[in-house]
Amino acid sequence: MQQNQKLAKQLMKKSKTARYERFGHLLSLSALLLIMAIVLGIIIFIATKGLSTFFKDHISLKDFFGGVIWNPGTQTPSGQQAVGALPMIVGSFLVTILAAVVSTPFAIGTAVYMTEISPKRGAKILQPVTELLVGIPSVVYGFIGLSVVVPFVRHTFGGSGFGILSGTFVLFVMILPTIVSMTVDSLKAVPKYYRQASLALGATKWQTIWKVVLRAATPGILTAIVFGMARAFGEALAVQMVIGNAALMPHNLVSPASTLTSVLTAGMGNTVMGSLQNDALWSLALVLLVMSLFFNLLVHFIGRKGAFKK
Amino acid sequence: MDKPIISAQNLDLFYGDFQALHGINLDFDANKISALIGPSGCGKSTFLRCLNRMNDMIDGVKITGTVQFHGQDIYSPQVNLVELRKSIGMVFQQPNPFPFSVYDNITYGLRIAGVRDKQQLDAIVERSLKQAAVWDEIKDNLYDNALAFSGGQQQRICIARVLAVSPSVILMDEPTSALDPISSAKIENTLLELKKDYTIIIVTHNLQQASRISDKTAFFMEGRIVEYDDTTKMFVNPDDKQTEDYVSGRFG
Ligand SMILES: Nc1ncnc2c1ncn2[C@@H]1O[C@H](COP(=O)(O)OP(=O)(O)OP(=O)(O)O)[C@@H](O)[C@H]1O
Ligand SMILES: [Mg+2]
Repeated sequence: MQQNQKLAKQLMKKSKTARYERFGHLLSLSALLLIMAIVLGIIIFIATKGLSTFFKDHISLKDFFGGVIWNPGTQTPSGQQAVGALPMIVGSFLVTILAAVVSTPFAIGTAVYMTEISPKRGAKILQPVTELLVGIPSVVYGFIGLSVVVPFVRHTFGGSGFGILSGTFVLFVMILPTIVSMTVDSLKAVPKYYRQASLALGATKWQTIWKVVLRAATPGILTAIVFGMARAFGEALAVQMVIGNAALMPHNLVSPASTLTSVLTAGMGNTVMGSLQNDALWSLALVLLVMSLFFNLLVHFIGRKGAFKK
Repeated sequence: MDKPIISAQNLDLFYGDFQALHGINLDFDANKISALIGPSGCGKSTFLRCLNRMNDMIDGVKITGTVQFHGQDIYSPQVNLVELRKSIGMVFQQPNPFPFSVYDNITYGLRIAGVRDKQQLDAIVERSLKQAAVWDEIKDNLYDNALAFSGGQQQRICIARVLAVSPSVILMDEPTSALDPISSAKIENTLLELKKDYTIIIVTHNLQQASRISDKTAFFMEGRIVEYDDTTKMFVNPDDKQTEDYVSGRFG
């Protein structure tokens, strides 16, 4: 009887471990809150800054997204404000999409070799190479681009060598490791019994890879591509060094052009806070932010649709 | 007595240094259900995989002896593996439909073989799903992902997927062990129907299942055949003491 009461008392008392647990819980919660506050703060800051171009400086959305002349503070020959961001938006999308288009087949080929054809050798090569490629700073990529890719493009395709094409080549190398390693992961996630079922039905190894493994891994591969595109879209320095930085509509792939990021990096030190020039740059930043949110949503969406049901 | 459709002679199999099968001699008759029984790890699955050469994929496997299919050695270098596996289909322990629609699952084997004709494909889908006794349950959802169906339905879809390529032999490795009794019973009935047109070799741990559906039973132990005979004899009056102990549940 007495013992039971003692036990009951002990059960009601908060133990030391329970207190530790509470402490740890609070600690991680406050870290989370802090991070959320920072992220929210950044979004609000960029949004207010970026939107003041339209609300404070009364630039119309049409002039911003449809205009092709970028020289904030001055007027176009036809009398509008020269804040046309279309050339940069087009430039950003072009390099991003082209880089993804060039990278994807390489990435899938490499990933198939590494997982399906020679997994042992694949594992030995993949890890160090990806880590190395990811670890190289952007400026080095840009430097190599400037001294190798730009002259190569100039000799082969003419023009100055600066432009979308050089940007694409540099981004191709930069996003390849991301896409490869994520594609490898998604191929590895395809259960072995799908391959067995296919082979047991008389499929060859290639048919199995094409029609079962790659098909089952498609959502994962798409996610990998979107991640690569997000990286390409946001890359500033290396692109800035090879694209020519002329805020003009690209006429072809070897004419100097610019991207949202390259105009931002080039212009941000040269404007006065609160001026139209400055606000217009923030609007570009806002477009970048919205795009990266969009990429994130896309990844979530693909991930949810394509998760393997176990 | 007709000639056996599959005949294994002196079959030894090594995983590296470990010998998993010791001189197996087994003949299987056409249009019969043959059951392979025996304690866990005795080599039933290993033996079954020898019959459609699924062991080829495992590193370090060495096989000696012969397996003949219609009198042809399936391990001879001239054998066309693709054709062999179309003639000898396999159903696995876990239902393993591809994460595609039912229709794409059933037509997979035909499409990789180059069949494109939509009408022909439709007809085969219906025929094989009916043979596998799931047509009525899923005929309105042929374009749904196969993974959305119950385990029992998935397993019958997998059986239909094998039937679609018109094999003559179907190997089954514990096809009902992951299923509930009702689904199992449906599959057992399906197999009894299929026996008319196919030869079935089934591994099972369920002795009642073996006695219910099979014509012949082989009892494996430690990589050897202990006894192989008509199922009724094996369960009522086996020659070997070990067989008697096993089928009466005294060990295993
Ligand atoms: N891939 C493999 N590599 C090495 N050894 C293996 C491999 N597969 C099976 N074995 C071994 O071969 C023996 C026979 O295995 P097998 O899977 O054929 O048994 P089983 O009779 O099917 O058993 P269960 O009833 O549990 O499925 C076991 O000792 C097992 O450990
Ligand atoms: Mg087994």
